[in-house]
Amino acid sequence: MWKWLHPYAKGEATYRLLGLWQPWLSGLALIFVTVGLVWGLFYAPPDYQQGDSYRIIFIHVPSAMFSMGAYTGMAIAALIALVWQIRTAEWAIAAIAPVGATLTFVALFTGAVWGKPMWGTWWEWDARLTSQLILLFLYIGVLALYYAFNDARTGAKAAAILALVGVINVPIIHFSVYWWNSLHQGATITKFEKPSMPPEMLIPLLISIAGFLFLTAALITQRLRNEILKQELHRPWAMEKLGVEANDGV
Amino acid sequence: MAFDSWQEVIWMGGYGFYVWLAFGVSILAIAILVVHGLLTRKKLAQMAVKKQQQQQRIARRKQQERHRSMVTNDSTS
Repeated sequence: MWKWLHPYAKGEATYRLLGLWQPWLSGLALIFVTVGLVWGLFYAPPDYQQGDSYRIIFIHVPSAMFSMGAYTGMAIAALIALVWQIRTAEWAIAAIAPVGATLTFVALFTGAVWGKPMWGTWWEWDARLTSQLILLFLYIGVLALYYAFNDARTGAKAAAILALVGVINVPIIHFSVYWWNSLHQGATITKFEKPSMPPEMLIPLLISIAGFLFLTAALITQRLRNEILKQELHRPWAMEKLGVEANDGV
Repeated sequence: MAFDSWQEVIWMGGYGFYVWLAFGVSILAIAILVVHGLLTRKKLAQMAVKKQQQQQRIARRKQQERHRSMVTNDSTS
């Protein structure tokens, strides 16, 4: 049943497939992020309570969402790497972690800069903020472990274990605003209730969220392709892919 | 447009510093990630060229050795 998947455990097939996706993902990311942010910054109406400071939401919410989404993806890759010993999955851990860490940093930074005018403080040791900070440390820890060993496979295994254990933090971040008293507001968009936002704000936010989804996918694709080439550099196909490019470029 | 002039856009109802700081740093962080990925690719290409040259050098040396041993074999016989 899963036999069609097997070729993608090999570097070259995955590299090709990702190569087909990358221009589409990059293009869609650029279009959606630009439209979402320009709309949010210049055309959405100001909030009746928060004025224009709320415009930070158009980066804050999407980056926070996919900082957790990327972690979940990384944990799935870690599970696959540990159970089936598939090397592409190990490399995916190294490809996702820097992207996730950057998104987490962006979510924390925009949150702090939004918190200063609205809550009167850059930082509070509050459940939502603290658990998101732990997410950043988890990403950094996974990356550090991945590169800490002379034997790359040992490093990948250690990183995979931390990635898998750390996934418990993702639901904690998500539900923290309900489980603990928090300065942080609850979800703006929920599946079952009417969103607490008028459409003039909601539509650009949804466009920005779609844009960050494509952006996350494009960034991971770029890094995973690099990682595959790096690991397979001794193979003729990888040399060919890079050698031809180098001759053209230089 | 929710604003009447560019000054108002920059001012952001008094929150300009916070809004533009948040957008600026976020875009910068993601740009650094993209550029780092592109540089990694370039570095890999340089490594591939070096590897290729190394392989060619080894192949040439092997060929020379084979040639030399053939010559010496001829002279001894």
